[in-house]
Amino acid sequence: MDENIIKIDSVRFHWSKKSSFKIFVPNFEINKGEKVLLLGESGSGKTTLLSLICGFLNPLSGSISINGSTINKLSSKTKDEHRADNIGIIFQQFNLLPYANVIDNIVLPLYFSKVRSANVTNQRESALNLCKQLRLPDDIDQYKASSLSVGQQQRVAVARALIGNPSLVIADEPTSSLDTDAQQIFLDLMFEQISNNKSTLLMVSHDRSLAERFDRLIYINEVLTRED
Amino acid sequence: MLLKLSLSSLYARLVTVGMTVIAISFSLMLYMSVEKLRTSAYTSFTDTISQTDLIIGARASSVQLMLYSVFRIGNATNNITWESYLDVVNKEEVDWAVPISLGDSHKGFRVMGTNKDFFARYKYRGGQSINIDKGYLFEDLYDVVLGAGVAEKLGYDIDTPLIVAHGLQSFSEHDDQPFRVSGILEKTGTPVDNTVIVSLAAIEAIHVDWSTGAKIPGQETPIEEIRKMDLTPKNITAALIGVKSKLTIFNLQRWINEYPEEAMTAILPGAALQELWRVVGVVENLLLGISIVVIFTTLIGMTAIMFSSLSERRREMAIWRAMGASPRTVVGLLMLEAIFISVLSILLSVILLFFSLSILQPWIDYNYGILVNVEMLSLKDMYVFMTFIFASIIVSLLPAIRAYWFSINDGMTIKI
Repeated sequence: MDENIIKIDSVRFHWSKKSSFKIFVPNFEINKGEKVLLLGESGSGKTTLLSLICGFLNPLSGSISINGSTINKLSSKTKDEHRADNIGIIFQQFNLLPYANVIDNIVLPLYFSKVRSANVTNQRESALNLCKQLRLPDDIDQYKASSLSVGQQQRVAVARALIGNPSLVIADEPTSSLDTDAQQIFLDLMFEQISNNKSTLLMVSHDRSLAERFDRLIYINEVLTRED
Repeated sequence: MLLKLSLSSLYARLVTVGMTVIAISFSLMLYMSVEKLRTSAYTSFTDTISQTDLIIGARASSVQLMLYSVFRIGNATNNITWESYLDVVNKEEVDWAVPISLGDSHKGFRVMGTNKDFFARYKYRGGQSINIDKGYLFEDLYDVVLGAGVAEKLGYDIDTPLIVAHGLQSFSEHDDQPFRVSGILEKTGTPVDNTVIVSLAAIEAIHVDWSTGAKIPGQETPIEEIRKMDLTPKNITAALIGVKSKLTIFNLQRWINEYPEEAMTAILPGAALQELWRVVGVVENLLLGISIVVIFTTLIGMTAIMFSSLSERRREMAIWRAMGASPRTVVGLLMLEAIFISVLSILLSVILLFFSLSILQPWIDYNYGILVNVEMLSLKDMYVFMTFIFASIIVSLLPAIRAYWFSINDGMTIKI
């Protein structure tokens, strides 16, 4: 059985022929259950790499395998389904649909994934349970996403990324909009839940001080080379 | 769930969406109002005269004869003699006939000489009769019956004296023979409302001392003497004819058109009205064209609003994509939004239309003689609505395609 949840081999990507931003990823692997911190400066290609892993972008050559499926060979529709089934995503900020309530935001991935939906008996109960474990207020289901604090929104985003037990969680600088205390609380809760779920975590940051929480620390320039 | 979230998204942009819905609703209402007015005007126009089988007059085109005999617009090319009229009336096929004599006026309103049969035989709007509102029909030689519009605009009531002017824009008046209002008709919404009706004998009486359009100098016959005269008309302008059997209409029409003693024309009112409507119908097509342009402009406005909201919604689309939504789903959401805005606009426009028509209908009828039909939506309206929804889907494709490219290219990057 393949132990890699992410396996990238000889991937080349650029936005357009005229674009000066060109990257090459010779080899990149993450094992199942690993918690990996990807460090790099702004504009170094971190988010582009995540977009390739999530299947938003297609490489020009090479292969990207997620949980055993070579996603760049999949049709657009299957790739979207594969992402919904396997990956929970947390953005830097603006993670939630502001007009929807908290529960609707959390259960949204279940609408697109039969696999994750099958893992949840009662969607609302499961969402509320995750909220409770993430120390969100008891009456959180009464609120719209737009009325929550940034810290609360990020915790709701974690709940949404974890609902239905996806095998991989990708977080793109989720603590960047939080102060130091809030960062620690958020990371404690996120790690606790990811460990409970036995999910793999790939988190991108430029804050090296977070490294001790992770199994592995990788610098972006070790993963990819710029061919500008 | 998608529908629920789509509606929540629209609700979150209540002001923008609300203004769009209001703008589209008013455009649709304008279109439907014009359409309703157009069809109602056509119905009212073609119902100006009904149950009259033929109209006869001096040789003229059917439109011209219809204009002066029914709508009191323009002048007759000539009169027809009373003898010719009697020849027609005495035809076996003729059931009834009402002579009309036109030419004089009162303060801009046409004076029409006729007999009492006019009030019984003239029908409009599918067979409605003219009813007297106040007073009675002419009994005395100098009695006059006013259409509702004349009485209202001139402020006349029963017993008001009035002087008939010679011709339409003449300074010569028949002031030696004053008339008196004996009756006022109910509102009909037809040219009768703007007509001053006197007896045929009265028309003869006021022209006793006149020759070739001018008063004979020094000649002034006393009224008492005029009353004793034989006032049978020598000429009339036109006549409304009813036949015993509809099968004989065309034979009678041919006989009149080929009448050897005098050049006469007999027209079928229905056919002449249709012909006349084709002339005035240019205006209705213009109005319809303007309404369609308004709707088209509104659709472009809706597209512009959707375009302008796209950039602020890119983060929303990125979230949808991250959750597993395909670019097609994102496009579908935008189109769903367009459909929802269209349906909501249609509902609001229908409510606005019926509300405004209910209030304005009596006013339009009273002032313009157009009975606007405030009834349920027709099949044609449904087609228009379906076309509008389809058109809104088509125009929403442009922002939707742009959203498609955003959602493909943005990836993990949430652009604000």
